[in-house]
Amino acid sequence: MDTVLFIIFAVVAIVCGFNLIFQKHPISSALSLIGVMSSLAVLYLLLGAEFIAMAQMIVYGGAVMVLFIFVIMLLNAGTEKASSKSWFAQFAGLPLLCLFVAVLAFLIRAALPALPDVRFGRWFGGTAENIGKMLFTQYLLPFEVISILILIAILGAVVLARKEID
Amino acid sequence: MTLWLIPFFPLIGFLLNGLFGKRLSKSVVNLIAIGSVAVSFLYVAALLFKLSPLTTAYSEHYFTWIQSGFLQIGFDLFVDRLTAVMLLIVTGVGLLIHIYSIGYMAHEGGYYRFFSYLNLFMFFMLLLVLSSNLLIMFVGWEGVGLCSYLLVGFYFTEDYATNAGNKAFIVNRIGDFGFSLGIFLTVITFKTLDFEKIAAGVANMPVETTAGVLTAITLLLFVGATGKSAQIPLYVWLPDAMAGPTPVSALIHAATMVTAGVYMIARVSFLYDHAPHAMNVVALIGLLTAVFAATIGVTQNDIKKVFAYSTVSQLGYMFLGVGVGAYSAGIFHLMTHAFFKALLFLGAGSIIHRLSGEQDLRHMGGLRKAMPITFYTLGVASLAISGFPGFSGFFSKDAILSAVYAHSPWMFWIGVFTAGLTAFYVFRAYFLAFFGNYRGHHHPHESPAVMTVPLIVLAVLAAGGGFINVPAWLSTVFPLAEHANASAMIISASFGILGIVIAWFLYVARPAMAESLKTAAGPLYTLIANKYYVDELYTGFIVKPLEGISRFVLWRGVDEGLIDGALVNGLGRTVRGWGGLLRRLQSGSIRNYAAWVFAGSLLVIVVLGLAGGFR
Amino acid sequence: MLPPVPLSWYLILSAILFALGVAGFLYRKSIITVFMSIELMLNAVNLSFVAFSYEYRRIDGHIYSFFVMVVAAAEAAVGLAIILTVFKNRGTLQIDEVDSMKL
Repeated sequence: MDTVLFIIFAVVAIVCGFNLIFQKHPISSALSLIGVMSSLAVLYLLLGAEFIAMAQMIVYGGAVMVLFIFVIMLLNAGTEKASSKSWFAQFAGLPLLCLFVAVLAFLIRAALPALPDVRFGRWFGGTAENIGKMLFTQYLLPFEVISILILIAILGAVVLARKEID
Repeated sequence: MTLWLIPFFPLIGFLLNGLFGKRLSKSVVNLIAIGSVAVSFLYVAALLFKLSPLTTAYSEHYFTWIQSGFLQIGFDLFVDRLTAVMLLIVTGVGLLIHIYSIGYMAHEGGYYRFFSYLNLFMFFMLLLVLSSNLLIMFVGWEGVGLCSYLLVGFYFTEDYATNAGNKAFIVNRIGDFGFSLGIFLTVITFKTLDFEKIAAGVANMPVETTAGVLTAITLLLFVGATGKSAQIPLYVWLPDAMAGPTPVSALIHAATMVTAGVYMIARVSFLYDHAPHAMNVVALIGLLTAVFAATIGVTQNDIKKVFAYSTVSQLGYMFLGVGVGAYSAGIFHLMTHAFFKALLFLGAGSIIHRLSGEQDLRHMGGLRKAMPITFYTLGVASLAISGFPGFSGFFSKDAILSAVYAHSPWMFWIGVFTAGLTAFYVFRAYFLAFFGNYRGHHHPHESPAVMTVPLIVLAVLAAGGGFINVPAWLSTVFPLAEHANASAMIISASFGILGIVIAWFLYVARPAMAESLKTAAGPLYTLIANKYYVDELYTGFIVKPLEGISRFVLWRGVDEGLIDGALVNGLGRTVRGWGGLLRRLQSGSIRNYAAWVFAGSLLVIVVLGLAGGFR
Repeated sequence: MLPPVPLSWYLILSAILFALGVAGFLYRKSIITVFMSIELMLNAVNLSFVAFSYEYRRIDGHIYSFFVMVVAAAEAAVGLAIILTVFKNRGTLQIDEVDSMKL
């Protein structure tokens, strides 16, 4: 059962990823991204990370992507025009990417120790309780710092986007 | 009793006149210049009086100049009888010429510069003569070469003068290169450059019958002498050096500098005694030069050029003398030559000065009524150089020829023939200048006293100098081997008189005959009149190829191409090229930057993966 | 019954998603799309963290993933604000035309 789920949602994720790259209109790309995030949430559930899965849907899908779509609609971003200024990225990008994936695949298969299989239900340790425990004891300092970071981000965004756009 | 004062006074004269001369009045300049040489001369006389009889040498050591490993060279000065003769000649004749120059240079520009250079020359020449090792002598040697350049090129606004100065210096340099090699070889062989130590060292060495290190040393030193004393093949600078003012020609190119070569050979006679092959070479070149230059002297029309070739020829005689072992005879001739050659040049200068620069014999004539003192003194000099019996040249030339006869008879006959030629061309010049009708455009009259008094003094010396028995006096330095040969005396004297008679015949009695003889000789005359085209040969075979190499290989090839092009500009171009390439990294395009970052991170992953190892 | 999925597949999936994100970053010209590719990259890394957390049965991976999410949200906010400003000043959303830092 988990295998089937994995295969379906992995394929969905990859297809949405390709769609993100190949679509011309930003709105289509945004929707593809939402698809990717949702599939990833399911995969997290398969891996026993229930809190993360929920957080993924709420934060990413609910907040970040909505923000993206707001901005796309605000700026009235249309379809892209062709340009050939960045020749290096266009020519060297594909070979580098293939190389990248190949290297990583090789490293994962060859260099890492033997990895266990994934079965849903083998581990339920990703509960909110466990995360809360770690977050407020061992990772307290990063937690506080992250809070300040968010505060700064809010202030920055407000300052930058202050004036009205006609 | 300090020997260093002898060259010191002229040095002070040079410094004072050189630095302050522009602001001083002419009489003060005169006082400094003449005064320094006069003081030097008086000091020499006093010194020699005090040191007499001077049977052994007297030397003074001042400080160690070079100390390097086994080589120790001190700044030493040294006086023996040979040095004494030279000192008297240099300071005495030099003093007379300095006095003469007051009159000659009276209307010329650069008055103080002339006298400061003359004083500098005296300093270096005295240093050369007084030196007690080869290195100090070389310092003096180079220094007189420098002064020769400065003085020959005195009229530096004229091309021919500066060219002549360059030629003198460069040709001298070639000789000096040989001299330096000789010095190096001496250091290697004897571990010292001191004359007394070398003499002691060579006394233990056998006489070289085949070519050995002593022959090499002596031949190399002789190369230097051919440069400085204008022998074949490096004589070509002396006739051109007549571009300088006439007192310069008298002092440097007749009496003192050109005799440095002969003096050098006499000074290291102990080396030459052990290398008979080198001595043969010296004698041969001396003889060849003597007759070669005499033939050219016959055809010249410029009075200074005639005397210049005469100098070359007489120097050949001196080298012939020392080459056959008659060192004292050679020095004797050096002394008498200083007297009559300086007189000849000063007399010519007197004529040139009064004719406002005219030097061509064809535009002179009949001057004996206008310039009587010059007429009589030049007559004395001409008789002396021709070896007329009783005059100084007769005794000295005869001493040489007697020694030559004892050495090899065929050299003697050529030498005698050259004596006849000498008489001929000198009297040709004399008759053309003073007899006949005046063929020029000026109004000549006698020179002022400041010029004629030195002429008279020199005439007295030229006439009576032969009675100073120099060879006998030098016998403490050079053992007297030769003695006067009566038949040789008569033969050489008769050839001299024959030359005078023929000159009288051709130039006073039947002038037209000279012209017809000249056209009859035709191509032979042209060859000799053009100095056997030696200068042209040198230009074609040596100067032009050297110039070509300098221009095309060294200048265009190495300097412009290699150093400028490849190294300097090439470096600049390379940096610019690389800069141009690297500039493109900063394209301003975010995507390019991202791509580069991605590539870099991929590299890091690969490296880390490799470092981590694969299982 | 299908065999269970080895963990390495999750990691390879993460790699592929990351590569897709990079591809989007390199090949798309609109700034907003580039930002979305960045988000995709961050998500791929999150998956990798969670997968390793599963392997070692530790919760730390989830914590890291949480932090990444927070930072990504903050970055998206500020980044979009910057895009707004750039659009105000340059009038364009093509990143190729924002190249005044060019030599």
